[in-house]
Amino acid sequence: MNKLQNNKAWLFVLPVFALVAFNAIIPLMTVVNYSVQETFGNNEFFWAGVIWFQDILQSERFHASLGRQAIFTASILAIEMPLGVAIALTMPRKGPWVSVCLVLMALPLLIPWNVVGAMWNIFALPDIGFLGHMLNAIGFDFNFTRQPGDAWFTLILMDVWHWTSLVVLLAYAGLSSIPDAYYQAAKIDGAGSWAIFRYIQLPKLSRVLTIAFLLRFMDSFMIYTEPFVLTGGGPGNSTTLLSIDLVKIALGQFDLGPAAAMSLIYFLIILLLSWVFYTVMTRNEEQ
Amino acid sequence: MNAKKTAGWLVPSLYILFLMLPIYWLINMSFKTTNEILGSFTLYPQEFTLDNYITIFTDPTWYMGYVNSIAYVTLNTAISVAVALPAAYAFSRYRFIGDKHLFFWLLTNRMAPPAVFALPFFQLYSAVGLFDTHIAVALAHTLFNIPLAVWILEGFMSGVPRELDETAYVDGHSFWSFFGKIFIPTIAAGIGVACFFCFMFSWVELLLAKTLTAVEAKPIAATMTKTASSSGYELGLLAAAGTLTIIPGAFVIYFVRNYIAKGFALGRV
Repeated sequence: MNKLQNNKAWLFVLPVFALVAFNAIIPLMTVVNYSVQETFGNNEFFWAGVIWFQDILQSERFHASLGRQAIFTASILAIEMPLGVAIALTMPRKGPWVSVCLVLMALPLLIPWNVVGAMWNIFALPDIGFLGHMLNAIGFDFNFTRQPGDAWFTLILMDVWHWTSLVVLLAYAGLSSIPDAYYQAAKIDGAGSWAIFRYIQLPKLSRVLTIAFLLRFMDSFMIYTEPFVLTGGGPGNSTTLLSIDLVKIALGQFDLGPAAAMSLIYFLIILLLSWVFYTVMTRNEEQ
Repeated sequence: MNAKKTAGWLVPSLYILFLMLPIYWLINMSFKTTNEILGSFTLYPQEFTLDNYITIFTDPTWYMGYVNSIAYVTLNTAISVAVALPAAYAFSRYRFIGDKHLFFWLLTNRMAPPAVFALPFFQLYSAVGLFDTHIAVALAHTLFNIPLAVWILEGFMSGVPRELDETAYVDGHSFWSFFGKIFIPTIAAGIGVACFFCFMFSWVELLLAKTLTAVEAKPIAATMTKTASSSGYELGLLAAAGTLTIIPGAFVIYFVRNYIAKGFALGRV
């Protein structure tokens, strides 16, 4: 749509700008402020320059959490994106079952995140949880509170349970928008289901899948509550993702300087990667 | 063709079964006594009890948690959508200085990890005297809900041709009369979807809600974590409280069920 030039439109945007600025700029400046200062208590602060940034960037603890975060995000993206598309492709397009499917599938998305964590904790407990009990009954030695591998398995399964529906719903919305004429044309040309998927459905899905990918990337990179309630970052540090580590430093040890520097680096990583993914994905779209 | 038809109901059914199993387990636990939960592995409650729910509905520290959560979520939804409406209209209809930068800056706030903002938010809202109030949580959640609401509404509004606006002006409507009487009803579905998303992300968030409250405005989710850590053996109570948090979500989904697919695509399909 061609838009009119009108700078008075700023008046419409002003309330949004004021509210978000209050919430975003003041806290962000607080973080920047802490990140360049050292304190020994008593509300006395000293200029510290970039030492916290150097500390964090060289700290093995940060590298380890960042590594775990990268593995977690990569795993859930690799599972949820194809699985979500596959489920959306097999869903009915018409009839009474569509609403039922959509409502049931959206349900996990509306459960508070700590309840998701608590629910999976109860579900996976090796003695009284359904999942843990069944896995042990069929011969696996499963205990997610003791064994790091099992903790990771539970964590990833929980995220797949929680968020695959978002990809399904987005992909389903994309598929519903493809006109029937496309399929009829494909039928006349004698295209098989793979050809229909590859040359009709996939290109039409690229926009919604870009949204799905970006949302899943951002949210999984920020994840805190669910793993905190499920495993508390343990056993040991094996499931301590970035946010959990950050909250430990900021609110647990009250190391404001390092926590603030880590916050800024963390935020910048998300911004930068989101921008890179967005640029790469939309460039392919234009070609 | 037959194999394909079987896959057509088998795959979604298996997926829904997978989604429902942990929910069933939670509900199952909520009707059990503590003895039964810890004593044995049972697929359904052998000694069916409503005690857990009775505790929640009779103890103010429990049920006020729900009241508090609903209060700040409703407040947040109202604020976010009210300020996002004119802004989304501006973005969908006009070019103005800095519009693209502003839009991008709004979206970057959706990418800010709540963990980054927890401590500064605590200090900010304490400094302005709003700590432990519903409005503090509602305002804090606008950080990620306003950008989302603007984004969704802008998508829906861009689907409405500008001829609608121009015809209304020719018919003698003032801007506000057009906006209130014609434009808002036209994009009602989009507003519903935006409300749904604001409700959803405010309802499920815990880190900020917990950081900004102590007693008076404590959300149900925070009430649950306290119980879980201090007396971990009350699993039945925890399960009952968890089950009750699913109900408002299910209720809200039911209202937007016809728009849900389009809504999740943020109005951009």
